[in-house]
Amino acid sequence: MKLIIVAGPPSAGKTAVIRQILRHLPEKSAAYLKIDVIYATEDEEIASEFGIPARKVISGDLCPDHAGIMVLSDALLWAGKEGAEYLIVESAGLCLRCTPYTTESLGIAVLSAIGGTHSPYKMAPMIALADAAVVTRIDLVSQAEKEVFREGIRDVAPDIEIIETNAMVGTGMRYLMKMIDALHEITDAAGITLRGSPPLGVCTVCVGKKQIGWSNHFGVVRRLDSAGSLFRGE
Amino acid sequence: MHTITILPGHDRHGNPETFEPLHLRPGDTIAIVGPTGSGKSAFINDIEVFAQGDTATGRRILLNGAPPPEQFVRDPACKPIALITQTTKCLADLTVGEFLAMHLRARKITECDLIERTVALANEFTGEPIRGECRISSLSGGQTRSLLVADAVIISNAPIILLDEVENAGIFRDRVITCLKKTGTSVIFVTHDPLVSLMSDRRIVMGHGAVLAVLEPDGSEAEVLKRVTEIDAYLSSLRERLRSGEVLNETVVAA
Repeated sequence: MKLIIVAGPPSAGKTAVIRQILRHLPEKSAAYLKIDVIYATEDEEIASEFGIPARKVISGDLCPDHAGIMVLSDALLWAGKEGAEYLIVESAGLCLRCTPYTTESLGIAVLSAIGGTHSPYKMAPMIALADAAVVTRIDLVSQAEKEVFREGIRDVAPDIEIIETNAMVGTGMRYLMKMIDALHEITDAAGITLRGSPPLGVCTVCVGKKQIGWSNHFGVVRRLDSAGSLFRGE
Repeated sequence: MHTITILPGHDRHGNPETFEPLHLRPGDTIAIVGPTGSGKSAFINDIEVFAQGDTATGRRILLNGAPPPEQFVRDPACKPIALITQTTKCLADLTVGEFLAMHLRARKITECDLIERTVALANEFTGEPIRGECRISSLSGGQTRSLLVADAVIISNAPIILLDEVENAGIFRDRVITCLKKTGTSVIFVTHDPLVSLMSDRRIVMGHGAVLAVLEPDGSEAEVLKRVTEIDAYLSSLRERLRSGEVLNETVVAA
């Protein structure tokens, strides 16, 4: 089994990138798992389009990336039983803070070029711990913005592979496909761990308190003037 | 100096293309013509990504006779090609001056007159004046495209520009072509426009996803080009007069 984990904010083009990956992989060699919070139909679309096993996890009250982490070992077993060589997991892409990438996987962060020139900084952990940053909708932006966007990604993750694409058409994807072709089999599924620490669910907002202001809460709290600068997720 | 060579691939049904390897040299202008869906945009996309038989068309693109080094394909600052499509926009909420300064910073260029030169060149391409203080988001389609072409010539200094349908209103196509020829920039137009097609050095005719013919005008179209240029100038003058509120009640002599 080979594991590909695709993360990125809502509407960045994660599913479009996955469609291109599925077109590249040998027919019916993959299984697909979509994690979302409230609603998702991508599993049905992918299943009918590619005829592969696909399912979804709706996380509801649980953080979707936490939910994804919980179900991942079951998902690997499921994909194996379905006879898949690849498991592709698509995150909900909710908070830009979580980094669902694990050891023994290919971690792909999908960003939209029209997300604004600051967006690489805003989702720093999601990029910094990925193997590849796929920048979608590259056909819509000017050369200047393309170059500035690229510098933003480089600032956050100096060595990451950057792939610029119009994911609907699939231009520029060849370098991503090279990485996928070079991906290794999982050697020790039980030993897979997260590459970074997810945010801790230990504040009182997590357990349902609705008041605003740190003084109404306990556990992990934050005051206005204890804010840091760029956070990369280590 | 860059020479791009385009090697044939196949059409939509897998039949091989028959054109001779096509060389694009500095200052060349090429028009890609053909009906909608004939593969015009796919052709320039192949060039943009330096296809190596790995796109739907199977074409291969060489730089100076060989597959280009990876850096030339992947790093926009090294890439000798700028693609401007109909959908390409400047999204940043900045003034024209700030936008160009941002591009210069990204390129680590410190020459300070480039912003003025870019704006001046953009103004040669469009009749609606662009000023450095204008906000990018308030520019018209013609102004934006004029600015993007000027940016590609002066700041990106791209030796090869791919223009997907430049004929939108508000941009003087003949001036763009003349300027690009003068600066030695090679340019490939995807076009439905007679003037752009006839002004180009060569014409590539597309159909069913393949190159059907590469036409090189032998001077026999000179009369038509002259006439089309006159018609274009006439239409431009009408456009200006209508915009200024005139009623066009003169007698028209049939062509």
